[in-house]
Amino acid sequence: MTEKYTMPDARGHFGPYGGMFVAETLIPPIQELNAAYQRYLDDPDFIAELDKDLQYYVGRPSPLYHAERWSRELGGAQIYLKREDLNHTGSHKINNTVGQALLAKRMGKTRIIAETGAGQHGVATATVAARLGLECVVYMGAVDVARQSLNVYRMKLLGATVVAVESGSKTLKDALNEALRDWVTNVDNTFYIIGTVAGPHPYPAMVRDFQAIIGREAKQQCLDATGRLPDALVACVGGGSNAIGLFYPFIDDASVAMVGVEAAGDGIATGRHSAPLSAGRPGVLHGNRTYLMADDDGEIIETHSISAGLDYPGVGPEHAWLKDTGRAQYVSITDNEALDGFYALTRMEGIIPALESSHAMAYAMKLAPTMRPDQTLIINLSGRGDKDMQTMARREGIEL
Amino acid sequence: MSRLAAKFEELSKSGRKALIPFITAGDPYPEFTVPMMHAMVEAGVDVIELGVPFSDPMADGPVIQRASERALAHKMSLRRTLAIAMEFRRTNQHTPVVLMGYLNPIEAMGYEEFANATARAEVDGILTVDLPPEEGEHCAALLKARDIDPIFLLAPNSSEERIRLMDAIGSGYLYYVSLKGVTGAGHLDTANVKAKLEQLRANTNLPVAIGFGVKDAETAKTIAALGDGVVIGSALISKIEANLDTPAQAKQEIIELLASMRLAMDSNGA
Repeated sequence: MTEKYTMPDARGHFGPYGGMFVAETLIPPIQELNAAYQRYLDDPDFIAELDKDLQYYVGRPSPLYHAERWSRELGGAQIYLKREDLNHTGSHKINNTVGQALLAKRMGKTRIIAETGAGQHGVATATVAARLGLECVVYMGAVDVARQSLNVYRMKLLGATVVAVESGSKTLKDALNEALRDWVTNVDNTFYIIGTVAGPHPYPAMVRDFQAIIGREAKQQCLDATGRLPDALVACVGGGSNAIGLFYPFIDDASVAMVGVEAAGDGIATGRHSAPLSAGRPGVLHGNRTYLMADDDGEIIETHSISAGLDYPGVGPEHAWLKDTGRAQYVSITDNEALDGFYALTRMEGIIPALESSHAMAYAMKLAPTMRPDQTLIINLSGRGDKDMQTMARREGIEL
Repeated sequence: MSRLAAKFEELSKSGRKALIPFITAGDPYPEFTVPMMHAMVEAGVDVIELGVPFSDPMADGPVIQRASERALAHKMSLRRTLAIAMEFRRTNQHTPVVLMGYLNPIEAMGYEEFANATARAEVDGILTVDLPPEEGEHCAALLKARDIDPIFLLAPNSSEERIRLMDAIGSGYLYYVSLKGVTGAGHLDTANVKAKLEQLRANTNLPVAIGFGVKDAETAKTIAALGDGVVIGSALISKIEANLDTPAQAKQEIIELLASMRLAMDSNGA
C-alpha cells in the first residue's frame, strides 16, 4: 500500500460499503450532523476543548503496559496492552461520547439518545450527558438489561432513562432500531450518540476519528518503549469501534499486521455466533452496507455471544473494506476460548478484562507463541471486567 | 404509461383522490392477503401498498413491526410477497400494486433479479424505506427500464433541493410522510401539511400521496383535499391485530373502514 489511505469518500463510502441508507426523515438531521462534524473536525477551539476533556476527564493518555509475565509465559512476542480499561467509566467508549457530546453542545441540542449492548456505551453517554446537563435516554435490549444489570443501575444513577427494548431479539440491534425511531420522532432537539463505527455516514468515520486517539497514542508509546513500530495489533470486533480506533493510525504502515477478533459464540459451525466478517454476507442494515448475519431472504439472523457488546449482526463498514482489501485479517474466538483469555489475563497480570476484550486476549494467546520474542504485539484492552462479575459468578455457580 | 401514472391521470380527470391502503404481506397468515386485496378493491381503493416483512423495520412503529413479526413467523419473504402480488394480478389487471419494504431483502436477492422478478409479478411501484435517492439511482434505473415506478418518501423536513431530487429520480407518485416519526404515531397537523404541500407542488408535477397519521374517514377526507392520495396503514393493521383469532372479522372491519373513507373522500369536493 503506497498510496495514502483516504477512506471514506465524501458520501461515506468505503468501496462498496458504508453510505447513507436511511429513511428520508433522517436525511436532514444527518446532513446537519455531517456539516457540524466537518466544521469542527479541524476547528482549533473544538480540538482544544476535546483534548482537555480527554486529558482531565477521561484520564488520557491511557498507558501502554508491557505484560512481561504473560509474554514470558506464552513464550513468543512481547505483549503490550493498551489500557483503555483505565479510562473514566471503564472502557474506550468514553473517547467517542466526550467528542459527540461536545458536538451536540455546539449544535444546540438539548437531548441525547444512545443505544447500548453491554451498557458501556450507555454508561459513557449517560456520564457525559450528566456532566453537560443534557436529558439522556438510553435504549437497551431487554435481554441485555437482564445480563448487564450493574450498568443499568449506573446509567440510572447518572440520571439517564433506560428503556428496555422488547422487540425482535431484544439485544443491541433492536436497541439501535428503537434509538433510530426515537431520533426520527425527535429530530429537532435530539442528538443521537452512536457508540460504534456503524450507522449511516458520517457516524462510521466520525466515531473512528474520535477513537483514533487509541492508535495515535499507542503508536507513539510503542516507539518510545521499543524504538520501532509494533508487528501486530489485536482487538475485538463487535461493531468495531475499539479495533478501528487502534488500527486506523497504522493503516499506512504496511509492516504492522492488524487482526480483528469476532465473537464465535458457541462456534461458527453451530450458527450461534456474532461473526459477520467470518461467516456473514454483504447487505444493508442500520444505515450502511456491510457484512451482516442474514439468511437467504435477507432477514437478519439472531446472534449469540457471551459478551453483550459483541452480540450484533453487523460490523462497521470500514472493517468490511479492510477485510476485502486484505489490509486487516478477521478471526473469531468462541465463548469458551474467551473465558480462557479472561482467566489468563486476570491470573497472569492481575487485570480483569471485559468479556469483549477477553476475545482479543484469547486470540493473542494463539498468536503470540507463533511470534519471536523480539517482536511486539499490541492488544487493545478495550474495557474492564467489573460489569461482567455477575455473569462470571453465575457461570461459576455463585450468587452475588 | 405505467399503471400508476394511468391511475392517477384517471383519478385526476374525475376529480377524485386515490385511496391507498397498506397491509403487510402474509399478516396474519399468508393465505389472508390475496382475498383481502381483492376485497379492498371492491371497497373502492385505487392503489394497494403491500408491505414486505423485514426483521428490522427501523422506520415503523410497533403496529407494523408486529405485523412484520407475524408474517415472518409464517416464513413470509420478499419472494413470497412477489408471489402474492402475482397471484393477485391474475384476476385483477387494473389496480396498481406497490411493494413497500426495506433494502436488505433486495440486496440478498440481487438488484437485477429483483427488478426482473418484480416485472414478472407485474408489480407497479417499489418504495424502499431505507434507500434514499443518493444510494438508489442504480436500482431506480433498473426498475424504470421495466416500466416499474421507483417511489420515494418526502418528509416535513425535506428541503426544496431534495424535493427536486425525488422529482427527478422518482416516478408514479411521491409519498409524503406527514409527520416526523414512525408509522402509526401521533396526530396530523393539517395546517403544516397544507403549507408543505404548497412547497411540494412548486417543485414537482408528480402526484403526492400523504400518509402517516391517517386514522379514520374524517382525517382521510381532510388529507385527501390537500394531496392526490391518502395512504392508510397502521389503522388497518390494528384491525388485524385486534382480531387475530377471527380474521374474517378483521377483514370485515377493514372493508368497512375503507368504504367509509371512500365515501368521505368522494363527498369532499361535492
